[in-house]
Amino acid sequence: MDKPFAITLDVGTSLANKTGSWRTTRPVYVDRLPPCNDACPAGENVQGWLFHAEAGDYEAAWRLLVRDNPMPAVMGRVCYHPCEGACNRGTIDAAVGINSVERFLGDLAIRRGWRLDAPAESTGKRVLVVGAGPSGLSAAYHLRRAGHAVKIVEAGPAAGGMMRFGIPKYRLPRDVLDTEIRRILDIGVEIELNRKVTDVRAEREAGGFDAAFLAVGAHIGKRAYIPAGAAARIVDAVSVLRGMEGEEKPMLGRRVVVYGGGNTAIDVARTAKRLGATEAIIVYRRTREKMPAHDFEVEEALQEGVLIKWLSTIKNVAGEATLTVEKMALDDKGYPQPTGEFETLEADSLVLALGQDVDLSLLDGVPGLVIRDGVVEVGPNMMTGHPGIFAGGDMVPSERTVTVAVGHGKQAARHIDAWLSGGEWRPPARHEIAKAENLNPWYYADAPKTVRPMLDALRRTSTFDEVQGGLDEGNALFEARRCLSCGNCFECDNCYGVCPDNAVIKLGEGRRYRFNLDYCKGCGICASECPCGAIRMEPERN
Amino acid sequence: MEMQTVRFYQTGTFTVGNRLLAPHERSVQAEAQRANALTSGHRACQGCGEALGARYAIDAAMRATGGKIVAVNATGCLEVFSTPYPETSWQIPWIHSLFGNAAAVASGVAAAMRRKGTDDVRVIAQGGDGGTTDIGFGCLSGMFERNDDVLYLCYDNEAYMNTGVQRSSATPPAARTATTPAMGPEPGNVFGTGKNVPLIAVAHQIPYVATASVANLRDLEYKVTRAMEFRGARYVHIHVPCPLGWGSAPADTIKVARAAVESGLFPLFEAVNGEIVSSTKIRRRTPTADYLRLQKRFAHLFQPGGEARLAHIQAIAERNIVKFGLEGTGA
Ligand SMILES: Cc1cc2nc3c(=O)[nH]c(=O)nc-3n(C[C@H](O)[C@H](O)[C@H](O)COP(=O)(O)OP(=O)(O)OC[C@H]3O[C@@H](n4cnc5c(N)ncnc54)[C@H](O)[C@@H]3O)c2cc1C
Ligand SMILES: Cc1ncc(C[n+]2csc(CCOP(=O)(O)OP(=O)(O)O)c2C)c(N)n1
Ligand code: SF4
Ligand SMILES: [Mg+2]
Repeated sequence: MDKPFAITLDVGTSLANKTGSWRTTRPVYVDRLPPCNDACPAGENVQGWLFHAEAGDYEAAWRLLVRDNPMPAVMGRVCYHPCEGACNRGTIDAAVGINSVERFLGDLAIRRGWRLDAPAESTGKRVLVVGAGPSGLSAAYHLRRAGHAVKIVEAGPAAGGMMRFGIPKYRLPRDVLDTEIRRILDIGVEIELNRKVTDVRAEREAGGFDAAFLAVGAHIGKRAYIPAGAAARIVDAVSVLRGMEGEEKPMLGRRVVVYGGGNTAIDVARTAKRLGATEAIIVYRRTREKMPAHDFEVEEALQEGVLIKWLSTIKNVAGEATLTVEKMALDDKGYPQPTGEFETLEADSLVLALGQDVDLSLLDGVPGLVIRDGVVEVGPNMMTGHPGIFAGGDMVPSERTVTVAVGHGKQAARHIDAWLSGGEWRPPARHEIAKAENLNPWYYADAPKTVRPMLDALRRTSTFDEVQGGLDEGNALFEARRCLSCGNCFECDNCYGVCPDNAVIKLGEGRRYRFNLDYCKGCGICASECPCGAIRMEPERN
Repeated sequence: MEMQTVRFYQTGTFTVGNRLLAPHERSVQAEAQRANALTSGHRACQGCGEALGARYAIDAAMRATGGKIVAVNATGCLEVFSTPYPETSWQIPWIHSLFGNAAAVASGVAAAMRRKGTDDVRVIAQGGDGGTTDIGFGCLSGMFERNDDVLYLCYDNEAYMNTGVQRSSATPPAARTATTPAMGPEPGNVFGTGKNVPLIAVAHQIPYVATASVANLRDLEYKVTRAMEFRGARYVHIHVPCPLGWGSAPADTIKVARAAVESGLFPLFEAVNGEIVSSTKIRRRTPTADYLRLQKRFAHLFQPGGEARLAHIQAIAERNIVKFGLEGTGA
C-alpha cells in the first residue's frame, strides 16, 4: 500500500455508516381521506379529480369524476356541495370552489362531446329500474357499466325526475340535463317512458328481471288543513313546478303566497315572479335560521324581490283572495307558538310547499317490506325487506337531494351486482380523515376563492335564463389549484428536499417517493413539513 | 430584486418542487440529479439544521458553477460530523485546516486557482457561527477587505455546538447555553451583547452579502446562486436550528427556523456593494413567543418574571421589521 505521509487508512465514504440504526420512529407514507371526498354523498373522489384538473388535464379529471357520478354538469348546478362545507381550505381562507370546477368539467365534456366508457362484458343478468330520476339513472349507469342489461320504466313523459319536473330551468337548463341523461342511455340503457309501474312483483316477473331497483321519488304534495271557501285557489308546489314543463304555464295571478320554508317554496316563489307576479310572498312558521332552504337560495330569492314573512302561519282563506295569517313566537325550546295576533294578506293564489310524500302503491302486497313514516326501510346494502328489491333516493329514509339520490343509485348498483352473483359487496376500509391539523399550510399561497358570475337582476325576474354562470378555463384552473390535496401526496418534493440525511428517494413523476431506511434517522422533519399530511411517524418496532 | 414572482401553482412556489412548474423553475433540491454534496451516513444529530443548510447551499453553488467548487471548512460540527477519518460525506473537493482560519485558507486557495489559471473553479469557505464571528473574525474581515474571490458561508446555530453549547457572539439574548446558564437575576445570555456579522460584512462594502434560512429554501438557493454571479468577497449567513443545543424537537427544525423568520427575529435581506437592496417579506406574521416556546433554551422566559425579557425580545423583532422593511407584499 502506497499511502501519503501520515495516512494509514484508505479514504472511505460515509455511505458505509448506516445511520438508520439510530431510528426510534419511522416515517410512513399514507393516504388520508380528504374531507371533501368523505362528505360527498355520491362518493366522488374530489381530491382525485381536482389533481388532474390542476394540471389542466380536464378529460382525465372528468373521467375520474364520472366513475362515481355520471352527471357533473347537473351536479355543478344543483348540488348543495357538502364537500365545500368540509373543505380544509375553509380554515385558511375559503373552501375550494369544488362545485364550480365540477360544473366547468361537466360543461366542457358537453362541448367536447366526451362519452362514457363502454360497459363491461355482458353478465346475462337483467335488472329493472323503476323511475328515471337521479337515483334510477345513477343505478342504471353503474349497473350497465358492470355489464348487466338494464331497463328503466318511467311514469313521466321524459327522464329526469325532480331534476326536470321540480328544479326550475333558471337553475338547471334543460339542454344540460338532456345531454347528460342521453349520455347515460347511450351506453345501452333501455328506457320506457309514460308507463307507471303499478305492481313491482308482476313487472319483475313479466320482464324476467333478476333484481329491481326502485327510485320513484316523493311526488305527492303534502296538504295542510286550511279552512277555505270553495272559490279559493289553493295549489301544491310540485304541481306548479311540474306544470312549468307543459305547454300551458300555470296561472297563479299577480299576488302569490307560498306556504312553506324548504327549497321547493323558494323555487316556486321565484318561478311565480318570473311568470309575472308582482308580489310573491313566502309565509313560514319559523325563523330564517330554522328554514330548511339553504341560505344562498333565500338570498337569491330576496334579491329577486321575493318577500318572506317569518314566524307566520296561515289560519284560513276567507272569501276568494284573503288569507288570515297568525304571528308566531318562539318558545324557550325554539318551537313556534301561536300568539293570537292576526293579519290579512291578499292573494290570488296560495301555493302549498309543505313537503312531499311517496306514492308507494306499486309496493302494495309485497311481503317483507318495512314502511315507516311513509318511506321504505332499506338495509345497509340498499335492499328492502323483500329479497331482490332494492330502493333509494327520496323514497327511502335520508336527506332528499339529487346528490344523495345519485349516491344511493351507485351504492345499490354495487350491492345488486354482488347479490346477483351470490356475493356481498363490502366497501373498502376507509382511510383516516385528513384534518386541518395534519396539514402544513405555510406552503400554500394565499388565493381568494373565485366567484361565479350572476345574471343581471332584470333578466332574473323576467326570464328563465340560467342565473348562475360558470367559470372559464382560466379561473377554473386557478380554482382547481387552490386545492390543498389533503392527505394525498401531490409530489411537491418537500420530503425529498427537507431530509438532512438524503434518506428520501425520488421515484420519478407519478411514482412518488420511498424512504431509504438505511439512512433515515427518524427525525420527522419530512412529516412535519409535508404540506398535505401524507406522512405519518410510527414507532419503530423492536 | 430579481426574485421569481410567486405564481400560484397549488402551493405557490414555496414547496421544494412542484409537478406543475417547468423543470427549470423548480428548486435545486427538487432535482433527482442534485449534487447531494453532503451525502448520507454523516453523523449529525437527528434533525440537524446545519447538515440541511450545508447541503442546500453547496448544492445550489454546484448548480450555479456547473459543479466546479472547492470548499474550505472551519472546525465545528459540520466538519466533525461529516469527516470522521477515514470516511467523508463530501462529494466535492474539501479541505479542513483549523477552527479560526477558514477564510484565510480559502483566500489562499483562490490565489492558487488564479495563479494556475483555473479560476473557473470557485472557492467556498464555510464554518459555524463561532468559527466565523469569534475566532475566525480577523481572517474573515481580512478576506473581505482584500476582496478575495471567495464565498463565505456561515451556518449560524447561535453557539459553539460541537464542544457542548457554549455562548458565541451570535448567541441571542436570554438563550441558555453551557456558559450562560438560566440562573440568577438575568438568566441566559445577557441582553445588549453580541455582534451582527452580516451587517459588519455590509459595512466592508463587499460585492454581495445576504442572510438566509433553512426555512425558506427558494430564497436560500436564490441568494447562493446570486452570490456566484459576483467575483470578489461574498458572504451568506444562514440560520440553522440545532435541536440538541436549542432544546427543540428534531422534527421542528424547519418550523423553528420559520418562526424566527416570520417573527422578525431573523431578518432575510441582501446587500450589494454595501447597500441593502432587498428584504424577504414576512408572509404569515408570528409572535416571537411562538418561536421561543419551541425551544428549551428559552424555557425560563415563560416562568413567572420572564415577561419583561419576553417583551424586550418582541421589541427587537419589531425593530427589525421596521429597519429591514419586512412587512408588505414582496418586491
Ligand atoms: C322544487 C325542488 C327543487 C329541488 N332542488 C334541489 C336542488 O337544487 N338540489 C338537490 O340536490 N336536490 C333538490 N331537490 C331534491 C331532489 O330533486 C330530489 O331529492 C331527487 O330528485 C330525488 O331523486 P329520486 O331519483 O329519488 O326521485 P325523483 O327525482 O323524484 O324521480 C323519481 C322518478 O320516478 C318516476 N316514478 C314515480 N313513480 C313511478 C312508478 N310507479 N312507475 C314508474 N315511474 C315512477 C317519477 O316520474 C320520477 O321521474 C329539489 C326538489 C324539489 C321538489
Ligand atoms: C483554536 C481552537 N480552539 C478551540 C477548539 C475547539 N472547538 C472545536 S469546534 C468548536 C466550536 C465550534 O462552534 P461553531 O463554530 O459555532 O460551530 P458549530 O459546532 O456550532 O457548528 C470549538 C470551540 C478548536 N478546535 N480550536
Ligand atoms: S383542499 Fe382539496 S382535498 Fe382538501 S378538502 Fe378542499 S377540495 Fe378536498
Ligand atoms: Mg455554532
